[in-house]
Amino acid sequence: MKRPLSPHLQVYKPQLTSILSITHRGTGVFLSLGALLLTFWLVGLASGEVIYNNLQQHITAWYGKLILIAFIFSLYYHLANGIRHLFWDIGLGLEISTTYISGYVTVAASIILTVVTIIFGGVV
Amino acid sequence: MAEFTLPKNSKIKPGKTFSAADGATRKKTFRIYRWDPDAGENPRMDTYEVDLDKFGPMVLDAVIYIKNEIDSTLTFRRSCREGICGSCAMNIGGTNTLACTKAIEDFSGDISIYPLPHMPVVKDLVPDLTHFYAQYTSIKPWMQTQSPPPPDAERLQSKEERAKLDGLYECILCACCSTSCPSYWWNSDRYLGPAILLQAYRWIVDSRDEYTGERLDELEDPFRLYRCHTIMNCTNTCPKGLNPAKAIAEIKKLMVSRSF
Repeated sequence: MKRPLSPHLQVYKPQLTSILSITHRGTGVFLSLGALLLTFWLVGLASGEVIYNNLQQHITAWYGKLILIAFIFSLYYHLANGIRHLFWDIGLGLEISTTYISGYVTVAASIILTVVTIIFGGVV
Repeated sequence: MAEFTLPKNSKIKPGKTFSAADGATRKKTFRIYRWDPDAGENPRMDTYEVDLDKFGPMVLDAVIYIKNEIDSTLTFRRSCREGICGSCAMNIGGTNTLACTKAIEDFSGDISIYPLPHMPVVKDLVPDLTHFYAQYTSIKPWMQTQSPPPPDAERLQSKEERAKLDGLYECILCACCSTSCPSYWWNSDRYLGPAILLQAYRWIVDSRDEYTGERLDELEDPFRLYRCHTIMNCTNTCPKGLNPAKAIAEIKKLMVSRSF
């Protein structure tokens, strides 16, 4: 007789801590893909004016900017949450109340830094 | 590779509805996971409408009432009804906890009850914990020594040494934390999970135990220990208010500090 597997992801309540954890994983994956895009851009730069201009058209289009903004946010989020992880690694801030405070700080910091970078970096 | 959806035989179908709340002023609806090993059918969710005036304040009171008065086929584990045996651990309202210490009034609206997540189901709310207990055995949860005990006394501890066991010895092995952990869901074949690692740490920090090095050797493994990614579901859900994530972090720290 084959026993059924009890439901897991389907029923478990999402919580700030677990959401931020999977976001850390997600932004990490996105950053790896972003590194490929950066390489792509550098290859375009080395391939001469025509190809570079062509590429630049895509980057400055709305979808290019959207990817760029997502990339900026991923970078800051992964950085901020990475620092949170460093504190955990030395055994600090592991109480539930502290993880919620540091979680909100991480989200706020990455949003603020993203907005600042968008404005001063000339993305829009 | 992690499988995020339920296998075909585990998908949940709609079930029966039982109404036992005629004329009730305080109605409450419980939706409970059911699976009968003899029926050869998929699991289903049965709905029980009950009158809160008929039983005590805890979720376990409701589940016992349903079994006694509405549907005697409902199967679950329970024993002490005061949060010390760990038998009635289940997923209630989306998180794992002990039915006996969880108040019904903590939930607004309907209450859904499932067995502990990502476990083989024996029947209804009873999960198969064989593998969990085998993992507990694997960490040798007893005091190991080489030196003989004092001839006329027990092995003594200072108050400070004893205090290191606070927050660890209270663990009742209900498995709420381990079965809340996504890493444990995907890798429980090799990852020990929060409950067992907290127990492992309980023996590692015990001043009387003389096998700290061997215990750390056993845990120094990409899966057994290091599948913990500090997701914190374990600490968030522990019905005893313990902190398995912190215990795991302390083990990781010991791994690093012993190499200097």
